[in-house]
Amino acid sequence: MAKALLNYISFLCRCVAISFKGSTRFYAWMTFLTVLTLIGLNAYCKQLVHGLHMTGMTDQVSWGAYIANFTYLVGMAAAAVMLVIPVYLYKNKELEDVVIIGELFAIAAIIMALLFVVVDLGRPDRFWHLIPFIGKFNWPISMLSWDVVVLNIYLLLNMHVCGYLLYMRYLRRKPTKAFYLPFVFISIIWAVSIHTVTAFLFAGLGGRPFWNTAILGPRFIASAFVSGPAFIVLSLQFIRRFSDYKIADQALFTLRKLMQVAMLISFFLFLNEFFVELYTDSLHVASMQYLFFGLHGHNALVPWIWTAIAFNFTALILFVLPASRSIKWLNLACILSVVGIWIEKGMGLIIPGFIPTPLGEIVEYTPSWNEILICVGIWAFGFLIYTILLKTSIPVLLGKLHIKHKEAKK
Amino acid sequence: MSEENKENNDNPLNTGPISRRDFLKRGAVLTSGITAMVAALSPLKQLEDTFDMEEFVQKHYKELTPKEMEGVLKRIAKKVEKKYGTTPNVQDIKPQEGVEFSYALNLSRCIGCRRCVHACVDENNQSRSPEVQYIRVLKMPQGTMDMEKGDHHYNVKKVPEEGHFYMPVQCHQCEKPPCVKVCPVEATWQEPDGITVIDYDWCIGCRYCEAACPYWARRFNFSEPSIPKEKINPNMNYLSNRPRSKGVMEKCHFCLQRTREGKLPACLEVCPTGSRTFGNILDPESEISYILKNKRVFVLKEEAGTLPRFFYYFDK
Repeated sequence: MAKALLNYISFLCRCVAISFKGSTRFYAWMTFLTVLTLIGLNAYCKQLVHGLHMTGMTDQVSWGAYIANFTYLVGMAAAAVMLVIPVYLYKNKELEDVVIIGELFAIAAIIMALLFVVVDLGRPDRFWHLIPFIGKFNWPISMLSWDVVVLNIYLLLNMHVCGYLLYMRYLRRKPTKAFYLPFVFISIIWAVSIHTVTAFLFAGLGGRPFWNTAILGPRFIASAFVSGPAFIVLSLQFIRRFSDYKIADQALFTLRKLMQVAMLISFFLFLNEFFVELYTDSLHVASMQYLFFGLHGHNALVPWIWTAIAFNFTALILFVLPASRSIKWLNLACILSVVGIWIEKGMGLIIPGFIPTPLGEIVEYTPSWNEILICVGIWAFGFLIYTILLKTSIPVLLGKLHIKHKEAKK
Repeated sequence: MSEENKENNDNPLNTGPISRRDFLKRGAVLTSGITAMVAALSPLKQLEDTFDMEEFVQKHYKELTPKEMEGVLKRIAKKVEKKYGTTPNVQDIKPQEGVEFSYALNLSRCIGCRRCVHACVDENNQSRSPEVQYIRVLKMPQGTMDMEKGDHHYNVKKVPEEGHFYMPVQCHQCEKPPCVKVCPVEATWQEPDGITVIDYDWCIGCRYCEAACPYWARRFNFSEPSIPKEKINPNMNYLSNRPRSKGVMEKCHFCLQRTREGKLPACLEVCPTGSRTFGNILDPESEISYILKNKRVFVLKEEAGTLPRFFYYFDK
């Protein structure tokens, strides 16, 4: 027992040691991310001192860039399941090697998502009120309490599966199926649930017709299943470029097939909503009108949403055409959908829900500089975590980092 | 860099002793890292005096024993005294048995003078800068109930204006309040007398309730509330008009520090036209019961299914 513990501690220490070792380029990248993280932290400290009026939010538009990024990142995290399903359900060989990389990304994305919730709180010092049994947790009535539960469990599930498989590889032991397979299957359902619950967070509000639609959940899932794999396709190419880890093109093309379908469904669902709202043309259409065409001369989001539509549509065409069987075009489609969906599922979803207010007032929202710095800081921190996770896992996956023989024999 | 050193860097398996040069390099990285971290955290120095341990560990309102509540009220009084120089009377008045409050507003009479808005601010110790208001008066063109056509910021010398009616909106104290449902920490709930209250010491400031409210009745303290010392209303209550801190929600609570003691809400008392009627719906003899029985009352956004306790009617 004591020996096992010592081995584990030594594993962790070596992981830490590795994350500080690397080429000049690696150091430059990490320094860059650290600087951005610290700038974000500094901006957050200012927000703590002066309050959320440091942001662009108002009583009229009471959620902004933080919740927008949170929503988007929950989707990104859920999308790791797009690698897990083919590998564990359909025994897909191409993705088997990279499934852990997807799960590691889910860990980073969930941490970012949770941080975006924390920075949005007016009283983060009262965070403990949210802890079940210690605080006063309004579960199962509040959708936000559900979200806190499912996100944290999803984080633990992914940490367990990745941690266990990597550690077994480090020990050069064959992983025991009973210790990870059940969790993998739970995580598949869980991935869908985190994004569904996040959609319910908005869809359950009767006073906000823009969100109050049953199609919101499916739309969240469909779009996340494009943006998530798209991001993973891009990061896999970075990994094979900057490490010895071999990733076959075939893995990327398998993901392409998945994105094809998801983007088609996503666009179809979008058109459904677009039609129903605009054709009915009831008073409830105001928010959508504001988003797409502007309302009474207010049109801050119009250029953004049409950019998003153009990006997503171009990405859809590229995914469907044989052109994206070449890496170059596939990458373009991926970049377009990562950005397009970020606009659409972020600001394009959150802000119009508040405009006009339930009393018909129109107040527009622009994030403040301090707010933008905090967002950038959290993204940088997420990338920092993802880089460290990859930096330590890849040597393990490659078999370069493993238990020393004397430790194993002892 | 010597060959040996290079290997040291590239080989992840090497955790052996490090060279002097490497040691210095890592030391420099670590030191600059820590310095940068301290610099980033420096704004927090301004927070030093504001943290209150007693408030931090305080239990939820419903879990406080009467004795603990006594201590909490004393602590609040002391804080108010220190900040505003007045000795307040901070109470925790409980709802009365057999009372359920309702409000009715006669739209034919309201002239849109906004005296209710300001009386409310004076009574309930809202922040003056930025000014937090619980009541929003909409100037509506006659012939429509579409609130998008309402003017929220009319600024004229003389009201009422021809061709318009005025519609004050405040918390509707719904029987099925969506704000209570969504709160992740039960910091807001409905009291037996129908008033939805907020425990300002429990709210985490997520603003989910603000998004959920179909009447835009809730307000958030985006910055530290500021109230001129001479403007403080010393007659305070835990669940209603005691001063709030930054980062928490607040809203209309039917002036429960007054109404639970048999007085009328500040907005009603100040109204020069007598548009407002407030009372106990469970008392069949009350004026509010008469209005609900005899006038053709309606509620805003009935389709939201929230069953408001705030009714409107036209009298002419």
